[in-house]
Amino acid sequence: MTTNIYGWGLPVAASTYARDIDFGIRLIHWAMFTIFILWAIFFTYLLIRYKKRDGVPAEREPEHHGIISTSLIPDIIVMVFEIGLIFFYAIPVWSKVKTVFPKESEANRIDVIAEQFAWNVHYPGADGKFGKRDLAKIHFSNPIGLDHDDPAAADDVVLANEIHMPIGKPTLIRLTSKDVIHSFWVPEFRVKQDAVPGMTIPVWVEPNRVGTYELSCAQLCGFAHSLMRATVVVQTPEDYEKWLKSVAPVAVASASTSTKGSDSW
Amino acid sequence: MVKKNNHAAAAHDSHSHAHHELTFWQKYVFSLDHKIIGLQYLITSLIFLLIGFTFMMVMRWSLAFPGTPLPVLGRLFPADLAPNGVISGEFYNSLGAMHGTIMVFLGVVPLGVGAFGNYVLPLQIGAPDMAFPRMNMASYWTYLPGGLLMLASFVLPGGAAQSGWTSYPPLSIINPGQTVWLVGMVLLITSSLMGSINFIVTTLNLRAPGMSLMRMPLFVWSELVTSVLLLLAFPPLEAAAIMQFMDRVFHTSFYIPQGLVVLGMLHKASGGGQPLLWQHLFWFLAHPEVYVLLLPPMGIVMEIIANNTRKPPHGYKTVVASMCGIGAMSFVVWAHHMFVSGMSATLSNFFLVTTMIISVPSVAILTCMVFSLKGGSIRFNVPMLWALAFLPMFGIGGLTGLPLGLTATDIYLHDTYYVIGHFHYVVVTGSIVAMIGGVYYWFPKWYGRKMNDTLGYLHFWGTLACMNGVFFPMFIQGLAGQNRRYYDPTAHLHNLPTQPLHVVSSVSAWCLFLFQLPFIYNFFHSMFAGEKTEENPWKATTLEWACPSPPPHGNFEKTPRVYRGPYEYSLPGAKTDWAPQHVEAV
Amino acid sequence: MSSPSDIAAWQEPALTSSGVPNAKLGIWLFLASEVMLFSTLFTSYVVLRLGAASWPRGWVALNVPLAMVNTIVLITSSVTMVLAYAKVIEKDLSGFRKYMMATIGLAFLFLIFKSFEYGSHFTHHEYPSTSIFHAVYFTMTGLHCIHVIGGIIVNTGLLFMANEQFDHPLFAGRVEGAGLYWHFVDIVWIFLFPCIYLI
Repeated sequence: MTTNIYGWGLPVAASTYARDIDFGIRLIHWAMFTIFILWAIFFTYLLIRYKKRDGVPAEREPEHHGIISTSLIPDIIVMVFEIGLIFFYAIPVWSKVKTVFPKESEANRIDVIAEQFAWNVHYPGADGKFGKRDLAKIHFSNPIGLDHDDPAAADDVVLANEIHMPIGKPTLIRLTSKDVIHSFWVPEFRVKQDAVPGMTIPVWVEPNRVGTYELSCAQLCGFAHSLMRATVVVQTPEDYEKWLKSVAPVAVASASTSTKGSDSW
Repeated sequence: MVKKNNHAAAAHDSHSHAHHELTFWQKYVFSLDHKIIGLQYLITSLIFLLIGFTFMMVMRWSLAFPGTPLPVLGRLFPADLAPNGVISGEFYNSLGAMHGTIMVFLGVVPLGVGAFGNYVLPLQIGAPDMAFPRMNMASYWTYLPGGLLMLASFVLPGGAAQSGWTSYPPLSIINPGQTVWLVGMVLLITSSLMGSINFIVTTLNLRAPGMSLMRMPLFVWSELVTSVLLLLAFPPLEAAAIMQFMDRVFHTSFYIPQGLVVLGMLHKASGGGQPLLWQHLFWFLAHPEVYVLLLPPMGIVMEIIANNTRKPPHGYKTVVASMCGIGAMSFVVWAHHMFVSGMSATLSNFFLVTTMIISVPSVAILTCMVFSLKGGSIRFNVPMLWALAFLPMFGIGGLTGLPLGLTATDIYLHDTYYVIGHFHYVVVTGSIVAMIGGVYYWFPKWYGRKMNDTLGYLHFWGTLACMNGVFFPMFIQGLAGQNRRYYDPTAHLHNLPTQPLHVVSSVSAWCLFLFQLPFIYNFFHSMFAGEKTEENPWKATTLEWACPSPPPHGNFEKTPRVYRGPYEYSLPGAKTDWAPQHVEAV
Repeated sequence: MSSPSDIAAWQEPALTSSGVPNAKLGIWLFLASEVMLFSTLFTSYVVLRLGAASWPRGWVALNVPLAMVNTIVLITSSVTMVLAYAKVIEKDLSGFRKYMMATIGLAFLFLIFKSFEYGSHFTHHEYPSTSIFHAVYFTMTGLHCIHVIGGIIVNTGLLFMANEQFDHPLFAGRVEGAGLYWHFVDIVWIFLFPCIYLI
């Protein structure tokens, strides 16, 4: 059940780059613990050893000139560790996650349009082409303003708060928002990206574990920010195709089709 | 390099009376004396801290027991804020935004800079007052109305701000309540600018003869660097706030992009703006601001440690250089708050590097503090306990900044409880702990009486335990993925396993409040009935202890002359283990 | 009258640790903060303009000739401000009054021309909300006007103060400080004018 994947600690890792991020989190926490314990022992020792004793005066340190002193040794150690972290860990991983995107032809593509307080998901359908979206056509029944006169929109699927992805293939998401800044965050994928109105921001993730996960909004977006969540379902490619067919709109002769699928939010 | 000083005339030109009696209003309300102004800031900021804390105590009910009515108080709130006594999303967000605003801008900074800085700085440099006493008074009387306006926003049309203390647009443009917040911020920024000019001029110009820059106490250095930060970092926020005000009131689009659709309707605005512009400008101030929160308390810790180890602290020059380094570097790290904001990923790498670099001077200062204990003769009085507690607590806060400052790990940790744990460790168990120590330390100077020690120890241990109880669980919750600013964490599955930790934090917070009661009682009772004390009860070397407790108007009978550094404890050949700065023969 | 160092010494009733009188140091610090304030607006202007799909040309959308006149008015007022200060050093009260009134008068003239400019925009239904260009234009010139008004208030205050305190040792320092502020206001306009009107 889903509760097994969450606990007191990092949730299950369900994407290919999750383990890279987890490695950094774990490494830094080990380092922090070690640093803290060592300092705490030294600190406690000093407090006991140099507690005021009658007749024992304080010992001044020898005259020291200049800024460089032994107290900079911890600094040097920390600096070396940090430089290592920056160049061998943070820059490569960050680049992998945030700047190197899968080719559009090789990725499963969806558009995610956030709004107060739901996640609209626009699937391009079998033709792989996204139908045009038009602000003027936004309506309660058409939250992303899909232009049904566009032939590419005929097979598009628009859902609210439900994202499906196939396992083993990168999913490329174009993220935007209709109103305020939201943030696309799936803890199990270790993916997080703010959805900013006026900007279309690419995000990619390759799930590697079948299951149902949680998308939680991670940027204060209004009074119901606390309730803004969606379900993310990772399926085998076969199950994913089956599902996609089950929600595809029924082909109709006339151009204006309404999308099937849950619009309620 | 230090010229003969005749600054008395300069400081007194505005009130060059010799002996005329001041009215009650001139003496205690619109006082020009830095000491009275300092105490005004002290009491006001402590009250604001308490108010901000109260907001959080209400919020913690919602976090611990979401959906259940708030006991007793729930019935008192109007139905639109708390229907059936259950805290609504809007109310929770208002409390949250105002908690942050009050704590940072009305509490910690006025306490660290306005209260401690105002009272102690002129004394420590041997000055009779601040360089601009009238502007000092104006500073306080701009801060107080700004603060009252912020509080009043709860009952004004639109209600209080509810878009976070960070006020990100477009939310802050379309949400109610932000306009009063913006006006309040302008007042507070004005107060701060006047104060920072005063502090810099006073420190550079009004030092007593013999008080070279490298003989100044570290507390004075911390206030000097802090004032430079305030002077240069606040105006960008003011400009940003003006633009946000224009967006709200005059419907400009500085931060509004084209084609916003809010709740189904096209938002009427010209568009062409950029939400990220606000974030850059806000954090340009707000990052130096966190060092404003940190540096004066670090200065206070150095004062208390030097005094209670009876030896000069380790690495005076290193600490000075590090404080200046932190100040300078604080201007180039701001966008580590924005790694996932949508700003260019390459820009993120730049801020990653600068953020890692700024940890160097911070580590240096902390190291000097710890090394200062070595060789000392440590007295464990009440102020010293607070100063010592600062070290491991700030250590935890500082260390947990590391995974947040690193781009890759911040992807996961941004906007989780991990961040809340981090910054509360540095500001609450760090800065506030240090400043409480400062209150116990300088109370005898302010009121001529000592605070009660037993109540002080009780306050210390209870506070330290409860603070850790509130904030430590947040690291665990953050790693589990708990989001910030959720009034109902249980609406998300991944939050459920760590929900019990919210109860731990909440109960600790309510107990923390209870442990402040002995402090409040101790403070006011000792003011009138505490054990009387002399000029220098702690046997300290710095100049504020070289005048009566409390000092009279003008502070020193005659301008002291400084013969040595600020921390010449246990000087070989001296008669006592403390060699005051102003005494020639020891 | 005398070389600059003499003027400095005359103004310094008290020698300070830094060598710079309190008020003068204070004004410079204040101006540093003002530089940060206006730099932020200029930077925001650059960011918004670079990110905009299109941006009208200043000479098309705004009244450049009027602004040119205003530029000359403001620069002249800076000159009269310096002359007013010189008259204080020379202890010439009526000269000081003349030049200070000229400065204040020119500042008013600036505001009057500005109000014609704004009025014309409003008549054409051009408000800050009309476009991002207008938002930038009105906000930056508006904030500048507020600073001009501040300068008028300070200078008027000095004009009245001169009646009683012309010979006070600190009076010259105050005029100098106000002059520094006024020059700053002028310099901001000298940047604003080409950046908003001419490109």
